[in-house]
Amino acid sequence: MWRLAIVLNARFAHQWGRTALSIAGIALGVALGFAVSLINRAAVEELGAGVRSLAGEADLVVRGGRSGFDEALYVQLAKFDGVAAASPVLEAEAGLAAGERTIRLVGIDALRAARMQPALFADDPARRIELLRPDVVFLSAAASDRLALGAGEKLRIVAGLDIVELEIAGVLPASALRGAAALTDVATAQWRLDRIGQLNRVDLRLAPGVDREAMRTRIALLLPAGTLVSTVEMAEDSGAALSRAYRVNLNVLALVALLTGGFLVFSAQALEVTRRRGEHALLRVLGLERRGVTRLVLVEAAAIGVLGSATGLALGYALAGAALRFAGADLGAGMFRGVAPALSFPAGSAIAYLAAGVAIAAGGALLPALDAARTAPAQALKAGDEQRLFARATGLRPGAALLAAGAVLAQFGPLDGIPLFGYLSIACLLVGGILLMPWLSQAALARLPLTARVPYALALAQLRAAPGQAMVSLAAIVASFSLMVAMAIMVASLRSSVEQWLDAVLPADLYVRTTHAGETAWLEPELEVRVKALPQVQRAEFLRSGRITLDARRPPIALMARDLTREGTALVFPLVGARHQRRRDDPPPAWVSEAVADLYGYAPGERIALPVGGRNHPFVVAGVWRDYLRQHGAIVLERALYVELTGDRRSNDATLWLAPGASVADTMQALRALPGGELLEMAAPGEIRDISLRLFDRTFAVTYALEAVAVLVGLFGLSSSVAAIVLSRRREFGMLRHLGMTRAQINSMLAAEGGLLALLGVAAGLVLGALISLVLVYVVNRQSFNWGMELHLPYGLLAGLSLLLIGLALLTAYVSGREATGMAPVRAVKEDW
Amino acid sequence: MRRREFLAAIGAMTLEVRYPAVEPRRGLSFPRDHGAHPEYRSEWWYLTGWLHTARSEPLGFQVTFFRARPPFDSANPSRQAPRQILLAHAALADPVFGRLRHDQRAARVALGLAGASEETTAVWLDDWRLALEGGRYRTRLAARDFSLELELEASDPPLEQGEAGYSRKGRRAGEASYYYSRPRLAARGAVDRGNGSEPVSGSAWLDHEWSSTLMAPEAAGWDWVGIELADGGALMAFRMRDRQGAAHYAGGTLLGAQGHRRVFAPGEIAFEPRRRWRSPRTGVEYPVAMRVTAGSESWELAPLMDDQELDARASTGTIYWEGAVRALQRGREAGRGYLELTGYWKPVRL
Repeated sequence: MWRLAIVLNARFAHQWGRTALSIAGIALGVALGFAVSLINRAAVEELGAGVRSLAGEADLVVRGGRSGFDEALYVQLAKFDGVAAASPVLEAEAGLAAGERTIRLVGIDALRAARMQPALFADDPARRIELLRPDVVFLSAAASDRLALGAGEKLRIVAGLDIVELEIAGVLPASALRGAAALTDVATAQWRLDRIGQLNRVDLRLAPGVDREAMRTRIALLLPAGTLVSTVEMAEDSGAALSRAYRVNLNVLALVALLTGGFLVFSAQALEVTRRRGEHALLRVLGLERRGVTRLVLVEAAAIGVLGSATGLALGYALAGAALRFAGADLGAGMFRGVAPALSFPAGSAIAYLAAGVAIAAGGALLPALDAARTAPAQALKAGDEQRLFARATGLRPGAALLAAGAVLAQFGPLDGIPLFGYLSIACLLVGGILLMPWLSQAALARLPLTARVPYALALAQLRAAPGQAMVSLAAIVASFSLMVAMAIMVASLRSSVEQWLDAVLPADLYVRTTHAGETAWLEPELEVRVKALPQVQRAEFLRSGRITLDARRPPIALMARDLTREGTALVFPLVGARHQRRRDDPPPAWVSEAVADLYGYAPGERIALPVGGRNHPFVVAGVWRDYLRQHGAIVLERALYVELTGDRRSNDATLWLAPGASVADTMQALRALPGGELLEMAAPGEIRDISLRLFDRTFAVTYALEAVAVLVGLFGLSSSVAAIVLSRRREFGMLRHLGMTRAQINSMLAAEGGLLALLGVAAGLVLGALISLVLVYVVNRQSFNWGMELHLPYGLLAGLSLLLIGLALLTAYVSGREATGMAPVRAVKEDW
Repeated sequence: MRRREFLAAIGAMTLEVRYPAVEPRRGLSFPRDHGAHPEYRSEWWYLTGWLHTARSEPLGFQVTFFRARPPFDSANPSRQAPRQILLAHAALADPVFGRLRHDQRAARVALGLAGASEETTAVWLDDWRLALEGGRYRTRLAARDFSLELELEASDPPLEQGEAGYSRKGRRAGEASYYYSRPRLAARGAVDRGNGSEPVSGSAWLDHEWSSTLMAPEAAGWDWVGIELADGGALMAFRMRDRQGAAHYAGGTLLGAQGHRRVFAPGEIAFEPRRRWRSPRTGVEYPVAMRVTAGSESWELAPLMDDQELDARASTGTIYWEGAVRALQRGREAGRGYLELTGYWKPVRL
């Protein structure tokens, strides 16, 4: 301990600035990683606890998606041999009147549920009877909090185009039901949501000794198409799958920040080793072994790692708390509705992040540490031997091999829904690119002409002859700038693709819908007739949306039944890739979104079976369309066919083309005057476009913030290493002054060195960044979110970033140079560090 | 008060239920009155008895189906609207086990999974059932830690309680129930106590009672006893207790061995606690040994075992004592039956 204290004390006394920066780098990385992991943990745990708390002691859960199934199935299940208890549920994400919020309305049979979910009634058994009353709800504690509603008040929900008032009979204790939900009687739910005779969930408890998997298979045979039986664990999986790709992406960003921190440690330690070459040599002469020197450097780095990681853990915890409070568990991405997570401090995860921080700090110092030990003391004690660090790593092969590996890894598909190979590919490209830099820079510098201008010639000569220290700065520039470029290209591509997509999917003049919050609102067919009869409306297409589940382990898919005209198809769906030419014996067409095509492997021309109206019907995949809205996939059918198969004539949205001369305002007024029209939401395409883009930006807000932080760390690293190089060459400047160079000339020389380095780094970073962006666009994003997008290069932004970086390098070199050349030449030459 | 506020708040949507009053001189008519009377607030079929196994081990049993009509209604057309609720208790008193094996069920009458016929006794809740077929009651149920299947032969006509089945329960008119009993049912069947099915036989007693105002507002609970006397007769006696534990109202019927029926006035019935037992689980104290007087005769009731407490909070929402008892006269067994002690935990709410 005391030895560490002495080492650190010596170090902090002299180099506190650079050391603090290294600590800050590690701290930022650890903080981001730890915060993301805390938030995920809180959200996923809460989501899982919500699923578990609603399922209670159920062994199996039968789910029928949004459209559900006939209650006769419940009777059949309740009487099924091996089933000990069955509890019927009708649940829906109900839109709240006034506003865009929703609440999970869960209709249960309290008497049946008491055997399955005893926690709901444990504190007050009389609640079972209270819950039988017509038109009452009990709110979960989280829902009561969020809506600021309590017993005696009304919960106003939207059903169709009506508002239903339910009396809040009480609030459940937080221990009884996790998450935000309102419990009501199953009969009330059936009546008020206009779903008489239907259920969409039955929880089953099996008789003791019955094999759960065997039962699941037997029960599956009973179920109509689109209704699935799963274990509670499977339901939790599908909840976690909702956001897994998003969470992994955030984790990778945190890892980038952590690695950047490690890189800072590397550059700091490399310069430290160079600076203290003499000191180390002296220690060797005094009897310290080689391993001792290595250990000394590593211990210093580890100490930085411990300090940084500990700071990072505290910072991360605070960050997570603030994020949960202000942005919610999904960080604004809208994935965890109805979840109210609580923050915990998981010791295991904290230790893991602490260890990662220390390991990365020590790893960053490994190369300098080995170098320090390798140097022969006698040689090191002489001045002017500081350029060895990169001397051995200038080969072409390792870097080229890693770049090739990166290209190969980008070809693989996702692993369990995570683009693991994509991330590995990026890592290979990044490290490979950096390893190539010494070779590349020497090749480039060798081709530059030497001019008669002394400062420039000296700068070039210095870089050609002594590349070691410069390489550290160059690597810092390339690493941070290439990531910056890659992110900028990726986000610009996505945003411009979304903009184009919005233009393509919003061809009409006016859009009308019921409140889109929740799934309990709909338009009756009579309204459809009335809308079509309005003189202002030339043409109207209606859309019915629902959800189907094709795989119990995946979140449900949106099913959209649309009024389609042959020429309209291309207009309302931005079709991508090949499309299927219909043949005579083909079943009806279905258009699948890219996500469905990716996740379920559907290709144009393929015949698929889709559960519509409780039965499987054959369809042919007519085409694949781009959809940025529904990450888990969407399938479009012709509405006429949907009505024929289900008898469901209701709709949710309408797209209106106005008659020549009709104004949007006028039409909106006419629509409002229709019966039920006052609850319609209407918007012109421009408005929807703006809202959607704002939503897009909000979703990516945290991603942007994390990127900005990583880039900032990189920039700090760059300027600190340039400054350090300059300061370490004070003796050289003294000598140059003796030889007759002016201070201004030396400053120019330093600026030229910094500028040349930055120019090289920026050029290489642009190329490497563009390569990485290809992987981000075509591999990582595609596999994480199943979004296809067109590559879009933000030239202006890239040019600006390049100038910023070069300017910063020039500025740093100039400012440090002024400081270094400020002292008298004689003192500078004599100085012994 | 809370309920009234609540009903006022949603008055337009909820229709308050009006239960029919229990009137004297209605009389009972069978088989119709064996069936359910869903318009009344509450109703039960209460089957209790003594069984013995092949090795002559004594066992007490209880199978009860309750029907309740909630005090609210609405225009909800759902087939699952909770207009009728069924609850069931089953218990087995086994001195070797030392406390009751018991289980309970609750469900709304819906979709055929639970129901009660209005034609004759036929009431079921999932796979628990009790039905009168011909002259025989049959009951079958699988509880958590025992199962029971019995056939009960009724050779006597129903014993009408009170005035031709109009049984007063309080001092005000209308505080009454319709009530008849089927004592001396010859029981035969099988019991499984977790180690295989064993044949049993014995004698049982069925009460069928329905009402809208069974309890006077002052009443907190009741003591009830039904004894099959060794001489072939039967005794039913009850008292409603007020919140201080004093008798608020009482009644009873003695069926003589020759079929002579004597109805007692409230003043002729007395229950005197002789020994109390405190439940280790709930801390509730019950007078498990009683001296019952009906007219000029008295019986000492001695429980088959002390711990016959039944925690029914998960169904009917109460805790009570319902147990097999012997009736002694001058130290000799003069009959066997069941004693029910309610309202000792908290006042009973129906």
